[in-house]
Amino acid sequence: MSNSFLIILGIITPLFAALFSYVCRYNNNFRDSFGIIGGLITFVISLKIFHGIQNNEVYQITFFTLFDGVDFAFKVSALGSIFSLVASSLWILASIYTIGYMRGAGEKNQTRFVIFYSIAIHAALAIAWSGNLLVLFIFYEILTFSTFPLVGHKQNAESQSAGRLYLSILVGTSLIFFLPAIFWIWLKTGTLDFQDGGILMNKFPAEYLSFLIAMLVFGIGKAAIMPIHRWLPAAMVAPTPVSALLHAVAVVKAGVFSFLVVVVYIVGPDFLLQTKSSDWLVWLACFTIMASSIIAITKDDLKARLAYSTISQLSYIILGAALASSLALKGASFHIITHALGKITLFFCAGAIYVTAHIKKVSDLKGMGYKLPLIFFAYTLGALSIIGVPPFIGSWSKFYLIMGSIEREFIIVAIILGISSLLNIYYLLQPVVIGFTQNSKKEIKLIKAPLTVWPPLITGLGCLVFFFYANYFLNNISGVIVN
Amino acid sequence: MFDIFLDDAPALVVVLPLLISAIIAFMPSKIWPWIISIITLLLHLFLSLHLLKEISVSGLIIYEFGNWEPPWGISFKIDGVNIGLQLLFSIFVLVSTFYSRKIFLNEIDYRDSGKAYSLWLLAVGSLNGIILTNDIFNLFVFLEISALASISLIALGAGQNRKALLAAFNYLIIGAIGATFYVIGVGFAYAMTGTLNMNDLVIQLAQYSDGQLAIFAGMSFMLIGLMVKAAIFPVHIWLPPAYSYAPSAVSTLLAALATKTILYFFVRLLYEVFIIYPNYLSLFLDFVLYPLSLLAIFIGTVIAIYQDDIKKLLAFSSIAQIGYITLAFSLKDHSGVSSGFVHIFNHALIKGGLFMAVGYFAILYKDRVTLNSLKGFGYKYPITSFALLICGLSLIGLPLTNGFISKLYLFQALYTNQMYFSIALVAVSSALAVVYFWKIVEQMWFSEIKFKSEKEDAYIYLPIWIVTISIIVFGIYSTPIIEFSNLSADYLISGYQN
Repeated sequence: MSNSFLIILGIITPLFAALFSYVCRYNNNFRDSFGIIGGLITFVISLKIFHGIQNNEVYQITFFTLFDGVDFAFKVSALGSIFSLVASSLWILASIYTIGYMRGAGEKNQTRFVIFYSIAIHAALAIAWSGNLLVLFIFYEILTFSTFPLVGHKQNAESQSAGRLYLSILVGTSLIFFLPAIFWIWLKTGTLDFQDGGILMNKFPAEYLSFLIAMLVFGIGKAAIMPIHRWLPAAMVAPTPVSALLHAVAVVKAGVFSFLVVVVYIVGPDFLLQTKSSDWLVWLACFTIMASSIIAITKDDLKARLAYSTISQLSYIILGAALASSLALKGASFHIITHALGKITLFFCAGAIYVTAHIKKVSDLKGMGYKLPLIFFAYTLGALSIIGVPPFIGSWSKFYLIMGSIEREFIIVAIILGISSLLNIYYLLQPVVIGFTQNSKKEIKLIKAPLTVWPPLITGLGCLVFFFYANYFLNNISGVIVN
Repeated sequence: MFDIFLDDAPALVVVLPLLISAIIAFMPSKIWPWIISIITLLLHLFLSLHLLKEISVSGLIIYEFGNWEPPWGISFKIDGVNIGLQLLFSIFVLVSTFYSRKIFLNEIDYRDSGKAYSLWLLAVGSLNGIILTNDIFNLFVFLEISALASISLIALGAGQNRKALLAAFNYLIIGAIGATFYVIGVGFAYAMTGTLNMNDLVIQLAQYSDGQLAIFAGMSFMLIGLMVKAAIFPVHIWLPPAYSYAPSAVSTLLAALATKTILYFFVRLLYEVFIIYPNYLSLFLDFVLYPLSLLAIFIGTVIAIYQDDIKKLLAFSSIAQIGYITLAFSLKDHSGVSSGFVHIFNHALIKGGLFMAVGYFAILYKDRVTLNSLKGFGYKYPITSFALLICGLSLIGLPLTNGFISKLYLFQALYTNQMYFSIALVAVSSALAVVYFWKIVEQMWFSEIKFKSEKEDAYIYLPIWIVTISIIVFGIYSTPIIEFSNLSADYLISGYQN
């Protein structure tokens, strides 16, 4: 198979999965199987591309010209190959989990749910492999619009207002800041293509660069940096598979991925280091990390707590991009993988607890650890990975980020990262502690939903296993960032 | 043998619809008026294509009526500025006439449905006259004919809702005031120069190069009159009720083309005639048109958010979109004028498509379309709803639609003129457009009510989809629109720089 054909196939497969799900909408088993099949196909393709990138192969395809200097084109970058690998592999597990969750919780409109779920993955893959900033923008918007029906899935007043907030913040910021920033780059350079080392050097006035960075980081609302973070907790009204795959992996990672791509392939880390125009962002990211960790502690609703934890973790990546040194960028890129694995585990567990025991609050978890041992085991693995305890994969990215901040001589940032880990321990492990120490007086009826238990176990164990294979991913990442 | 006719093509595109309109008036209300209109407009399109061919060879056609030489006789002028608009006009009128049949049958009294086409062609002929004429008094005549024809067409909406009469009356009075302003201005100009021909006017005005109060007064009168007619904020108040209470087919025609043709003449007058007083012109552009455009963009968008009636919502969005066009025209350079023309083309398609889709919903729902009444329509009428969705996304300006191309060139023009505040305002306003458009989408697809899909009428959704597909095609392959707009700007701006 030729390289360009692989790209088309990978991007189209989720769309076909959506189509087939619609065609087979009257047979639930058939309908839901296409998510798994699509996941397997895209995973194989992503893996092949991932290896190809390691061997310096070029994957690109150009369809047509949109306007001067901007084509509708796809080109897989090293960063993109990582993102697509994460999204597609987790899609398989999430599809399995979705079957267990949606049926266990008795949700309505499952067909619509499955269809838009697939379309969202399609958009995420297209973002990962986009060849220039405008194509990225197009699929960024498609991702927003395709996840809106998922957020508002329950169609009650709460989910409707959450959906509105979600859409207005994400589309609003992208139209007010992101799109004008893209125009600005295009007017200055005449191109929007992703190139190693960036395209802005010598073409963009250095004194305005901080302003451009601000437009980009606030325009890419999916990166959820404060104060543009409100949409993420609001989106938690969605069914848990959405929170797990989309709001811990595909959507938010598309956000930070877009920002990373902009830093690495548009602005260029060298240009950033020279001008130091993203140093202010370092402090904003630190603020977001601390503030959202503190908010997370106050949340009793498990999903809300995880949402704020996500906001804090996303800012790790923003922080790495803002530091722009090679170690920090390495850590930031790697954090896309590690956080995805860890956080999807936690969300899977939160959903599994909800389906089996109908518990949403941390304080209600008393004694549940003995009743749901497997789920709590998986949860602990995921939490430890996110905290950054060796031998879990999350420790690598944190290690590189701390090294990166020391490399740039931001010692305070390194300290803040340490404090944040302490806070992580508190708010992520508290549910486990409550689950195993206190005894519940209430008698709780448990519903069996085995399909919601196995996916988190797999990802949780993945956090442990991949610690030893980190170099497999890091090889690709180091190819990206050559300073 | 056709050659004899083809020589008179510039006159025929205007005269033919007017002539046929008189014939249709005496015909019974069966299907014939519609068929004859379609045939007429096919001929009209053919003539427009012929004009395009001629223009690509010669670059300029001056057609003298009755062989009376200008400045004494009336003349039509076709050049790079208006040929693109002429073509768009011809095509869109044909599509919307095709669409109009079922709408008229449903929305107005059967006995009037034939007569409606008489008025329809009258409006088409006179609006086309506005595009082609080279004579400022002749323009007044066409303005009046088109106003009277469209007022009568709007009043036909009274069968659905009596408020249409009030809307038509409003338009009549305010439109008459606008036309009076314009004709007073023409009177001043004629008194000073003794000519009505635009080319000659430029030459004659040159003798008052130091400026004369009477000339400035005349120019101001003309501009204000045209602003009323083009519904530029704050003299737009006739437009929302007129668009929203007219029969849907009429709203489509008016929203897509009526204000656009007048805007075209407005910019032509500014950059071709008034250019000889650069101080006056930049005073007008910088201190009148520019701030008013910004206000129009902002206020039009905000009011649209609070509308419950969908046609009114679209009408207020039109006010904002006209603001985009005049904002671009106020920039005084090639990129500005060109991006204004780009948006004239694109917005005609977008708003035409939106009004068509909403018009179809109106006859399906058999009442005024409000946000509430759209509940579940996405499932009930998927074909039309999907077209509406695409047109709406284009209105917001997302990539791969022609609305994005408009915005791209508008941003570029604003950027080269260093108008950063306007860029911010345009960006904010397009984000606000999401708010009002998404209210519609939410009702259509994400309300609790569900329907099984029903059969839709191909006679109606075909024209809607022709417009919708053209929106996507011009979003991806934007070269034709860009080239026509650049051509227009080349002609107009070359005068400015000399």
